[in-house]
Amino acid sequence: MTANARKKRNVAALKHAVRSYPGFLWWGLGQATNGGLGFYVWMIVLTAIALVGANAWAHQVARGMIVTNMTDHVSWGLYIANFTFGVGLAAGGVMMVIPAYLYDDEDMHKVVIIGEAVAIAAIVMCTLSVLVDLGRPDRFWHLMPVIGRVNWPVSMLTWDVIVLNGYLVINLHIVGYLLYMRYLGRKPNPKWYVPFVFLSIIWAISIHTVTAFLYCGLGGRPFWNTALLAPRFLASAFVSGPAFIILVMRILRITTGFAAPPKPARTLIQIIRVAMTINLVMLASELFTLFYTGGAHGESAKYLFFGSHGHYGLVPWIWTAIACNLIGTGLFFMPDALERSNTRIAACILCIVGIWIEKGMGLIIPGFIPSTLHEIVEYTPSLTEWKVTAGIWAFGFLLLTVLLKLITTVFAAEAHKTEIA
Amino acid sequence: MTTDNSFPQEPHDGEHLKPLLPILDQPSTRRTLLKTAGAALGLAAFGEALSPLMVIPENVSVDEFLQQHYKELTDEDKKKVFARLEAETKERFGADVTITDSKPIPGVRFAYAINVSKCNGNGKCMEACNKENNHHRGVDQSYIRVLEMTKGSMDMENGSTTYDHTVPQDDKFYLPVQCQQCDNPPCVSACPIEATWKEDDGIVVVDYNWCIGCRYCEAACPYHARRFNWELPEIPPEEVNPNQGYLSNRIRPQGAMEKCHFCLHRTREGRAPACQEACPTGARVFGDLNDPDSAINYVLKNKRVFVLKEELGTKPSFFYFFD
Repeated sequence: MTANARKKRNVAALKHAVRSYPGFLWWGLGQATNGGLGFYVWMIVLTAIALVGANAWAHQVARGMIVTNMTDHVSWGLYIANFTFGVGLAAGGVMMVIPAYLYDDEDMHKVVIIGEAVAIAAIVMCTLSVLVDLGRPDRFWHLMPVIGRVNWPVSMLTWDVIVLNGYLVINLHIVGYLLYMRYLGRKPNPKWYVPFVFLSIIWAISIHTVTAFLYCGLGGRPFWNTALLAPRFLASAFVSGPAFIILVMRILRITTGFAAPPKPARTLIQIIRVAMTINLVMLASELFTLFYTGGAHGESAKYLFFGSHGHYGLVPWIWTAIACNLIGTGLFFMPDALERSNTRIAACILCIVGIWIEKGMGLIIPGFIPSTLHEIVEYTPSLTEWKVTAGIWAFGFLLLTVLLKLITTVFAAEAHKTEIA
Repeated sequence: MTTDNSFPQEPHDGEHLKPLLPILDQPSTRRTLLKTAGAALGLAAFGEALSPLMVIPENVSVDEFLQQHYKELTDEDKKKVFARLEAETKERFGADVTITDSKPIPGVRFAYAINVSKCNGNGKCMEACNKENNHHRGVDQSYIRVLEMTKGSMDMENGSTTYDHTVPQDDKFYLPVQCQQCDNPPCVSACPIEATWKEDDGIVVVDYNWCIGCRYCEAACPYHARRFNWELPEIPPEEVNPNQGYLSNRIRPQGAMEKCHFCLHRTREGRAPACQEACPTGARVFGDLNDPDSAINYVLKNKRVFVLKEELGTKPSFFYFFD
């Protein structure tokens, strides 16, 4: 199809005979599954990985959680580690929403929808990560209000279910409404989305705070039982989220030619500089308390950073994370990071990897080591756990690709329309 | 997936239809076909990938799937549920068992105390627990862990649960730990679906058929008292304890949590818990806190008593004392 033909098509698309939202979604699905060879290879590879993950999970359900390497000592592992990171990714998108809506940053306004798309995909990944961690997924309905028996407001886990699902619905509404209006060529009515945008700002903070409360509310786990956990979660989320979005914008520029203005990425870099510094200061403060005071409270940290009683399972992980975070932060502070440079990309990747470890394997696992009776049982994820996790990530990317494809199609069509007009 | 590539058109918008048709024509039909085929293939592959899930309808009957929370079951419901569970136990484990539902005795509040001076770490309590409670035989599961502690320290850091030598050792003392039946149980607060709760006689129980297996309670418990059924337990038919309680020692389903329940199917019928009965040293004292003449009250009034991790505010009903 020639560029001209595509242009005409896009304009025609905006001529919108389909005046229903489901019709728009159906059209969008069609658009989002169109692409070149590279696109199809990407989608097929992701689908294949997702299928491997689905199969591994099905085996896990059939044979029991024994196929994971979790034990009664380390009863949460890779799944919950990924869940925690994913919540941060979802919450991080709010760092585009705040400049766009609270500070009326025009350029940020143009790309804020990318952050919301990332949030949607991340939340779906989080939900899947929790689902695969359940020993009895067939009893999932016990968690539903009315038909189940929800221990609300006492159990922090019920809060988490509520805030995560709420955040998903809010973002689906905002993204769906704004895209549909653009598609119809109508001006979005602020009444229908601005209140939800402001709600989503508070909500984004809440999802990560509640997720931190899940851990720091447990008195029996000294490594988690710290008031700094929620602020640390937020600070690191405001690094990993924006860093991921910067990468997404770069990939979009290369693959679809969707050119975001340069300013939003710069704003995000400034946010990352501040957030990462705060994150590192809090980490240092945490480590000081743990190591200077010593005693039983510092035992998990000792195991994590230096090994304990001949067990060193997490030592390589955490030092990789520390190295990634420090180098990444250093790169973010280089003037080059403000330009569209490789420095910027390297900094983003390093910080994402660093935070994924620090907040995942580096936070969840040491909470269980030593155990509450001070036994040391180590944990490394099993092949099944890696497969399922890879499957969830692949599905998340699949979903994100479809969402971005839809967004860029609608945006491109609108751009052409203005061009022709 | 037949129309997904055609963009929307207004039915009466003839002038738009015309120039667009050539574009729509060939490539889109081929692409649509390919996409339809791709979607069909993807769905088939997805179905195949998930096919191991087909064991769920085999293992989980419709009645089990729809079963309500213990507290919502009527006596009639319970009769049906227990009969179903008994039949399933016969089918899967080859044992004839009776499942009962002992209720808390009004006015009774159970508590446990361990005489640390007497306990010599022989581990008979763990063995008895394993047999009484139909634990998985393959992994020597038990609700009790006995810590071998170094004299001169109450720090569990210096303890070991994996000791394998003759007991007692001269420089050691022994500290058995099981569910402390807290009055302020962190596990009950953690559970998102009320699958675990504290009964009127102080025992914290689990509805094994309601638990979704998220293991948040296991993370919340400061005493390592909770266990997860990582797989279906294996027990030879002749070793299955046929006297089973719904909230206590019946064979637990795969994927659900379990914990010490003070042998409520025995203690609520006036018998001693299995671990106490098995203890050869007389270190274990069990009884009713509300009975002023009970042995447990004698211990609390006359001995130097302590609880584990008192600073956490869990208020255990489980005490330790020295002679």
